[in-house]
Amino acid sequence: MTEHTLVELHDVGLDFKSRRVLDQISFHVRPREILTIIGPNGAGKSCLLKVILGLYTPTRGTCKQRPGLKIGYMPQRLTVDTSLPLSVERFLTLANKGDARPLDDVLRRVGARSLRHSAVQSLSGGEFQRVLLARALLREPDLLVLDEPAQGVDLQGQQALYHLLAELRDEQGFAILMVSHDLHFVMAQTDQVLCLNQHVCCSGSAESVSQHPEYLSLFNHAEVEDIAVYTHNHDHHHDLHGHVVAEDGPAEEHRHQGGCHHD
Amino acid sequence: MIELVLPALLVGLLLTAIAGPLGCFVVWGRMAYFGDTLAHSALLGIALGFLFDLNLAIGVIAVSSSIALALTVLQGQRFIASDTLLGIMAHGTLALGLVLVSLMETVRVDLLGLLFGDLLATGFDDLYWVGALVVFIGVTLYFIWTPLLNIAINQELAQAEGTPVGLIRLLFMLLLASVVAIGMKVVGALLITALLIIPAAAARKLATTPERMALLASLVGMAAVILGLTLSWQADTPAGPSIVLCASLAFLLIFVFARRKDA
Repeated sequence: MTEHTLVELHDVGLDFKSRRVLDQISFHVRPREILTIIGPNGAGKSCLLKVILGLYTPTRGTCKQRPGLKIGYMPQRLTVDTSLPLSVERFLTLANKGDARPLDDVLRRVGARSLRHSAVQSLSGGEFQRVLLARALLREPDLLVLDEPAQGVDLQGQQALYHLLAELRDEQGFAILMVSHDLHFVMAQTDQVLCLNQHVCCSGSAESVSQHPEYLSLFNHAEVEDIAVYTHNHDHHHDLHGHVVAEDGPAEEHRHQGGCHHD
Repeated sequence: MIELVLPALLVGLLLTAIAGPLGCFVVWGRMAYFGDTLAHSALLGIALGFLFDLNLAIGVIAVSSSIALALTVLQGQRFIASDTLLGIMAHGTLALGLVLVSLMETVRVDLLGLLFGDLLATGFDDLYWVGALVVFIGVTLYFIWTPLLNIAINQELAQAEGTPVGLIRLLFMLLLASVVAIGMKVVGALLITALLIIPAAAARKLATTPERMALLASLVGMAAVILGLTLSWQADTPAGPSIVLCASLAFLLIFVFARRKDA
């Protein structure tokens, strides 16, 4: 592991009982980099995220964090028991020790300033998501980890969120690692896209949507500069049983097995 | 006259003062049944204490902590639902304790006292160990308050942010076992959980911050001790149940008449 990687995964595999969830995953995250992990439902995206966050210990391989790495984590959703009286302000101040950046600044930045004194249980899903982002930012992270940030948000909301994330990354210089179930559209500034289906199916960079006239027409000439399209480049297919099928020739047993159902 | 009640009153007040904040965490973490299991296992602790001629409080803390540890380990398995597991442990250890106590020929044990407390038999010498335990619980709780609160909000988020979840939970269980040891004296094995959850539940409606809820829970519990002992003195009712009854009435009054304050 070098000075220049925040997180490094080497040949990571994860099993639940005898079920294989992740297999042979190697990649790393560099400072300031934006990495998007995409994949169908059940591909193991959330599990991979939990390995990176240190919540799961990999069955095989290693996942190393740079010593002292500060992670800001924005979960997909979070429910706080109604028996716990908790305002947004208190929720945010709990996240960081010592003197932190002024709450107001961060709240304004994520567009949640009016929520400061609300009870966290009274927030809508979208509002709570912005508060969770604020909490992650208050920790002044080296790495921001987001689980399906675009889930349940319309295209405008998604664009606005990606725009904000790009701006924040430029200002504060953290790296972003996010997970998305959208197989084709990713954040425009993404440096690296990783297509996951238990193993890494393919990876590469994304192309700007604005260079694709057909996508532009799809969006009715809306501003789409914050979203990019990812073209998959698989060297294999999966049959219905999840076995890997060679491009030409009969289906063969492959070491990656499981519920891969994608094209 | 007052010398007879004073130690009982002080022990009761010390217990409810510390049971307030701990009970809040039990309520926030939906651990009422867990607390019940620890309390029921306390009887086994008493029996073993007699058997090995140990200080009874140490016997209770040792057994309750071991049960807490065993439950933590066993809850990872998936053969039995965790509430079933808690039920088995609660009643299994309670039954074992009762059988052991009945087998003892050398000691005459007041079974009703073990099940429902024998507060009025408390002497000034009990005040020392109760006081020492309460100080230990209070100081530990003060130092782990923020991480404990972060875990109560969401365990995964806390762990991703670097909170040592395993260690903090372990300490919390040790504190809970210590409260159970004091509670055995005051309200007995069957009613300890009542003093943890009823004042906390009563305080919820009046509180806007976690800290205020903890403080109010202590006050409700302490008021219940004063009223319960008065009732017991005047009407010659058993002290432990009288205290729990007063706490329940306080909950009912607050529930019906107080306007809910949201944080």
